[in-house]
Order: sequence, then C-alpha cells, then structure tokens
Amino acid sequence: MSTPSAFPTTFIASGRQGPAARAATRSIQAATLILLLAAGIGPLYWMVKGAVSPPAQTVAHPLAVWPGQARFANFSTAFHELGIGHYLLNTLIVVSGSWAVQLFVSVTAGFALSVLRPRFGKVVYAMILATMFVPYTVNLVSLFLTIIDVPIIHVDLADTYWALWLPAGASAFTVLLAKQFFDSLPRELFDAAHVDGCSTRHLLTKIVLPMSRPVLAVISLLAVTHSWKEFVWPLVALTDPNKQPISVALSQLSGQAPQDQLIAAMVMAAAPPIVVFAVFQRQIVAGLGFTGVKG
Amino acid sequence: MSLLTQNRPPTASRRRPLAGLVARRRGLETRRQIAGWLFLLPALVIFGLFAWWPIVRGFALAFQRTNLVDPAQWVGFDNFRAVLDDPLAATAVKNTAIYVGLALAIGFPAPLILASVMSTVRRGAGLYRFLVYLPVVIPPTVAILLWKWFYDPGSGLFNSLLGEVGLGPYPWLDSPHTALASLVLEATWAGMGGAVLIYLAAMAGIPGELYEAAEMDGSGVWRRIWHVMLPQLRPVIGLLLLVQLISTIQVFTEPYLFTGGGPQNATMTVLLLIFRYAFQNGEYGQAAALTTLMVLTLAVLSAVYLRATRSWSRT
Repeated sequence: MSTPSAFPTTFIASGRQGPAARAATRSIQAATLILLLAAGIGPLYWMVKGAVSPPAQTVAHPLAVWPGQARFANFSTAFHELGIGHYLLNTLIVVSGSWAVQLFVSVTAGFALSVLRPRFGKVVYAMILATMFVPYTVNLVSLFLTIIDVPIIHVDLADTYWALWLPAGASAFTVLLAKQFFDSLPRELFDAAHVDGCSTRHLLTKIVLPMSRPVLAVISLLAVTHSWKEFVWPLVALTDPNKQPISVALSQLSGQAPQDQLIAAMVMAAAPPIVVFAVFQRQIVAGLGFTGVKG
Repeated sequence: MSLLTQNRPPTASRRRPLAGLVARRRGLETRRQIAGWLFLLPALVIFGLFAWWPIVRGFALAFQRTNLVDPAQWVGFDNFRAVLDDPLAATAVKNTAIYVGLALAIGFPAPLILASVMSTVRRGAGLYRFLVYLPVVIPPTVAILLWKWFYDPGSGLFNSLLGEVGLGPYPWLDSPHTALASLVLEATWAGMGGAVLIYLAAMAGIPGELYEAAEMDGSGVWRRIWHVMLPQLRPVIGLLLLVQLISTIQVFTEPYLFTGGGPQNATMTVLLLIFRYAFQNGEYGQAAALTTLMVLTLAVLSAVYLRATRSWSRT
C-alpha cells in the first residue's frame, strides 16, 4: 500500500516504476514544462521585446532574442501621447463599478435565497440559473436596445458607465456560488441570532459575511477578471472615445499608432491583470477548482 | 411556514427557532418573508432589466421592424425569411460550424492530455499551473493584436521560426484556407488554462485506491488511464464539452479583431453577422431573428447534453 503523502495518487499508482518508465515520465514532464514555458512566457517576452526595440530592427531580425538597443521611451510615449494612461483609468472605473454591482447583487441574492428563503424564492433562483443558457453576447442586440431606453424609468444609459456596471450584476454564476457557499454555513447560528433579536441586516454583515471570505474572494476575482477582459459590450455601449476602456481603445489604435508604441501600449494593458494573477495565483487556482467541482 | 418547509424531512426541524411561542414565530416568519424579498430586490431589478427583459425583447424583436425612432411594426416571419435568403448567413453558419469543429478537435483533447501529465508532477506543480493559466489572464484584445503580429506573413514570429527549419512561408490570416484555423489556434492557446485547472481538480478527487486496485490486478498505465481515470472524469468531461461548444459557437472577438470576417468572408461567423446586421446595417429585426435561431441551437445542444448525461448516470 502507498504511504500517505500530500499528493493524491494518480494513474501512476504506487509509483513503483522501473527505471525506463520513470525516465519516460520525467522526460514527458520536462517536455511539457518546456512547451508551457514557450506558450506562457514566450509571447509575453516577445511582446516586451517588441515594445523596446526600434521597429526597423523588429522587422529585419524577428528572431533576435535581445533587443539591439533597448529604448524604454515607447512606454512613456504610449502612456501620454496615445492616452493609454487615460484608457487604463477608464478600465479601472469600469472594473470597480462592475465589481461592486456584481458583488452586491450576488451576495444579497445568495443571502436571501439561502438564509431567508422567501416563498417562491426557488422560482426566482431557477429563473436566474436559466439565464446561464442565454449568454449575454447572444443578447447583444436586445441588451443594447434595453440600455438606450431602460424599461419603466425610460433613461438612456448609452455612453455612460452605468451601461456597463448594471448589466455586470446579472451574473447567474456568481449568484450560484454565493448561494451554495451560504448553504454550507451552519443554520443554528442564524436561528440563534434571530432569537437573540439580531436584525436581518446585521445577520448578513456581522455573521454571514465574516465567515464568507473565500467565496467573496472568488466572486471578486471572477468579476474583476471578467470585466477587465470584456470587449464586445463596451464596444457597443460606449461610442464616446474618451470613455472607452483600454480593451476597446487598443483595437481602435491598432490601425493608426506606430507599431512599437502600440506594442508598448499592449504591454501596459496586459501588465495589471498579470500582476493580479501572480499575486492571487493560489486563490484563483483554488477558486477554479472550487467552481469546477461544484459546477 | 411555506409548503416547501413543511415537507422537509424531520432533520430540518432544527432550523426552527427554539422558542415555542406560535404567535411570535408567526411574526418572525412574516418578517423573514418581507426581509427575504427586500434582499432579493437588487437581483430582481438587475436580472429583470438586463437579463429577462432583453430575452423577451429579443424574441419579440425578431418579428418586428424598427429604426429605433418610430414605433416598431410587426412583420411576421419577414426577418427570418430575409436571414435565410441571405447567402452570407449560410456562409456564417458554415464557418461557425467549421470553427466549432476545429476548436473541438484541437481544444478539447489538449487540456485533458496536459492535465494528465501535470497531475503526475510532484515538484514545481505550482509553476506548471502558473504557466498554463498565464495566457488566460491576458486581455483578449492584447492577445489577439499580439498574435496578429506573430502571424504576419513577412516578418512575423511564426513564419520566421518555421523558416529556420525550412517550412513555409504560410499565409496564416491572409488566406481563406488557413484563416479560420489560425483563429482557432490563438483561441485554444488563450482559453485552455481554465479547462486544465478544472481537470486537475477533478483528477485530484479520484480515489487513489481505484488506481492501486487496478495496478494489483496487473493493468498498466494506459489501461489505468483508459479504464479508471477517464470513466471517473466523465461528468467533468461532458460539462466542459458543453461549455466549450456554447462558448465557441459565440465566437466574435477573434474574427472581429483578426480579420473583420475576411478574407473573402472566410471568417464571417454568426455573431459577427449579427453584429453587422444590427450595428452596421441598422437591421435590428434581422439581427434578432438570427439571434433567435442561434439560441434555439444552443437550447437543442443543452437538451442533448442533459439527455446524454442522464443516460450516462444510468449506466
């Protein structure tokens, strides 16, 4: 029998392989690592190299590993003259608003459906889950018609950030995550709090939320990465070039800006999510595993 | 108490307040109902306005003609007829089908194979996971512009690399024969990491005893993969297959940014055509009709998936 270890047993089973089999396993693992390095780091390295190399050199020696004479001026040119700083700020506004709305809607809905359980709550939950099968890229056209004339209140949200923030809240998957997590909390606690006269609002803010950090982190990361990557919807909803986030602005710049400056701009657009990923790697990976097992 | 709670098994009774005062409990119950709906309100408003209403609106719009200024007119099946008569729609459906097929052929087995290898890694497992997920966090606009530069037939990275070993030059995005495949290649690179991590989590959940028992029965590594691991992963494989189908059918950003639908409409996909109908031609009704046909396709696929998984769980 295998000795208990931190690693789950895989199809290699006991691990009592012959030397040939072990060598084969090792070389497959090494080859995979080389492949992953090439696919993961390679394009990023080439992008940074392209950003600091003179365009003529990039064209003449596309395979040169080191830039001839590195020029970092492209970054500041792109930041100021192409307006990348401005577009990054727009993205930040879009991301933080979408995150706030999505977190608020998911937490309140999850709390109501899991803890308070009003009558017909299950019907509402089923209707929320049903929207997962009609992804909103498919609804692009009618969502656009909705935001230019919102039903009941009849306001035009086009070219305002509300057009991005509010629809971001309609995320069935994060509602599901919140509800499932709250379902796993001990209900005795809620009943005791109720008996002690704790108000419903305090039940959420003082008891449920402090115990829910893991799921709040997963929802936040999903919300932030999703709205940072968003392209189609901002393209449709924000036509004012001054308001566009970096994802849309880059696509507009790609036809006009000099190539080395454009690539410097791309580096700056990619850097923040990569840094966030590097810092929160563990949580993101755990979150995905969590969603995968649950989903 | 609602009917639902009354029908719960007896273990659920511990959920009720300890106090036996009926009147007080009834008061609490009413308050809980009101509080419940109050806390549901944000979701009802947001989903109502930005999910449920657009679905209904889109369906109605498929049977209407509108210029967004005058009141919409009902036109029956005219929009559907216009879409079905449009040769470009047939091209878009064909291209989307090829795209989905290619994306499955390349993008479906690759994460499974990668995850299998990665599951055997002991030292440096975190590095593998970091690398495999890195492309996923790069914003699609950046990734696509980057690959567009790599694909450049003259000075691009790919042709330069392949040229070193005497291959090419390949036209990549510039030829109607290779453009779609080039899009699939980038999309697979960009999207694979999530599937790999989900497979890895599922593989870690397979009880090790199964492999050990199979080993003692004398089955080799390949048989353990085929007869133990894959059957255990079947629900996850099925789910990821459906997710991949649904997301690749909606491909938009890649053709929009790489090729704009060209060359010679070789990368015109369904969603790109919907976008063109609505935001370039102002034919919102036609766009909604094509959307409706697409939603029906997605619904059929989901139904097939549900049936298939039900029969799997029976076997």
